[in-house]
Amino acid sequence: MSPNEEREFRRVMENTRLNEMKKLALEIRIETLTMLAAHGMGHVGGSLSVADCIAVLYGSQMKYDPKNPKWDGRDYLVLSKGHCGPALYSALALKFFFPKEELMTLNHLGTLLPSHCDKNLTPGIDMTTGSLGQGVSCALGMAMGLKLDGKPNKVFAVIGDGESQEGLVWETMLLAPAQKANNLIVLLDNNKQQLDDFTDTIAPLGDMRRKAEEFGWFAVTCNGHDVAAIDDAIEQCRRADKPGFINMNTIKGKGWKEKEAVNGNHGVKGMTLDSVRPVLERFKTQLAALG
Amino acid sequence: MIKLAKQNNLEEQDLKGAYMDALIRQAEKDPRIVDVEADLANCINGPDFKAKFPERFFDIGIAEQSLSTISAGLSAVGKVPFCHTFAAFASRRMCDQNYISCAYGKNNVKIVGSDPAISAGENGGTHQANEDIALMRPIADITIIEPTDTALMHWAVRKAAEDFGVYYIRVQRTDNVQIYEEGSEFEIGKANMIRNGNDVTLIATGNLMLKTCLEAADALSAKNISAQVVDMFTIKPIDADCIVQCAKETGAIVTAENHTIVGGLGSAVAEVLAETFSLVPMRRIGVPDRFGEVGQPKELQKVMKMTAEDIAAAACEVVAAKQ
Repeated sequence: MSPNEEREFRRVMENTRLNEMKKLALEIRIETLTMLAAHGMGHVGGSLSVADCIAVLYGSQMKYDPKNPKWDGRDYLVLSKGHCGPALYSALALKFFFPKEELMTLNHLGTLLPSHCDKNLTPGIDMTTGSLGQGVSCALGMAMGLKLDGKPNKVFAVIGDGESQEGLVWETMLLAPAQKANNLIVLLDNNKQQLDDFTDTIAPLGDMRRKAEEFGWFAVTCNGHDVAAIDDAIEQCRRADKPGFINMNTIKGKGWKEKEAVNGNHGVKGMTLDSVRPVLERFKTQLAALG
Repeated sequence: MIKLAKQNNLEEQDLKGAYMDALIRQAEKDPRIVDVEADLANCINGPDFKAKFPERFFDIGIAEQSLSTISAGLSAVGKVPFCHTFAAFASRRMCDQNYISCAYGKNNVKIVGSDPAISAGENGGTHQANEDIALMRPIADITIIEPTDTALMHWAVRKAAEDFGVYYIRVQRTDNVQIYEEGSEFEIGKANMIRNGNDVTLIATGNLMLKTCLEAADALSAKNISAQVVDMFTIKPIDADCIVQCAKETGAIVTAENHTIVGGLGSAVAEVLAETFSLVPMRRIGVPDRFGEVGQPKELQKVMKMTAEDIAAAACEVVAAKQ
């Protein structure tokens, strides 16, 4: 292969990889909304805002084995904003950790898929979360343990901006650099909203990238709905010799136009498969366009 | 099998020292064990662990919530974390983290709370964990032990390290007397009969109150009241069979704990008596339903009505109520 041919080959491969992540993000949105609408209610806003991030992690960045979810060579993900489990469950089903039919059992008595992530119920879930702030600190503990053993595994943690009002998030901001946890990458789904209102109205977070940097992290800001940008941000974090912090600018409810960035999109009630059909159709059209 | 010490002499080593010795011994055998501290390592001989296993020693700073969650995370990747702070912080400050990330998440975390209740003495009301057991007891699947002396502490640390699950180990600060011979084998959830008697049962947890119960039993025998003394070193799971048996044998019970009488040993014993239709006259000795204050443990024992005289008086009351 000539250098030009090789460059072209790499470009095509990279485009294919990015395209697959875009498709996975749409598939996650379709499964998430279908599951929540079939159930009638749930945490739509944050699940849709985090979909692209989850797609990058499971579409490219993380090592895992669906046939052996406890594989010790895997990378770990802690969804610290545990109420957005539906987005993660969708990815896990799409990646064959469990049959897709399970998604329709969300929050039913005895389900594998509870409203908040549970490592003892769901194949592929590495930490039980739901009490906000705790997951990211658990992720630091995991990173410390892996580092102690000299293992190469990465630990990813996804936090919310509302969640970042918890003191434990700031303990972790202080402690991860102190522990030299350069195997930890925290992704902030900065969707600017929380349950009651816009985050800025309740307790503004300010410039989270700058704050993380001040605390001693390698920190970048990116568009949280651009898979290439998230992917690149993670690559930058991998190269840094510090814990990585990615401030992802996102839109709560992303993709469901009528619910984007409006109050009351945290938990949506009274959904039916019929009422969300137009939204699902839009996602499917976008998916088809990606080939 | 337990073997009772012939004499209850003051032990050379305190329970904190016994804890750390046992932890280091266990860590020599088990590379999974890590010591996680929150700026109180110096209060429990943490530097000894650090000197031996520098990589396995984490002092995360004054961040008790993180102490619990980081330990849960360490457990999730196969470590066996023993995390220590004062009992006040291990329970009150870490409550939700202990509940969700450790216990509900089914992680293998050993929570160690030192200086409980009046043994915190001059540190005063802010540091006296009068309610740590009450806060831990409703957590499902947790094991709560208050090792009574150095022999039991050595055993308890080994047991906690070998068992999967969340343990709360309560470590008293004040002087301790020997109760058991070294090498005694204990059983989780099985109380030990320290002294036999016919008229009343004194059920204690912790060295301070067990020692005080033994003094009370001596005082009672001078009044021709024969008191049996039980060491309820496991508070959860509680030894219900033993409690029922005691109620049958002596028909009167006094509990004694270095803890509020609300929600601790006394409450646990009362629950067993009520639910097994074994109700007998009963009194709870412990910190009354009030806040702590500064003072020497001996002074506080008087203020809180937790002395041998108080226990003996309560025993007389319940014995009288039998008739």
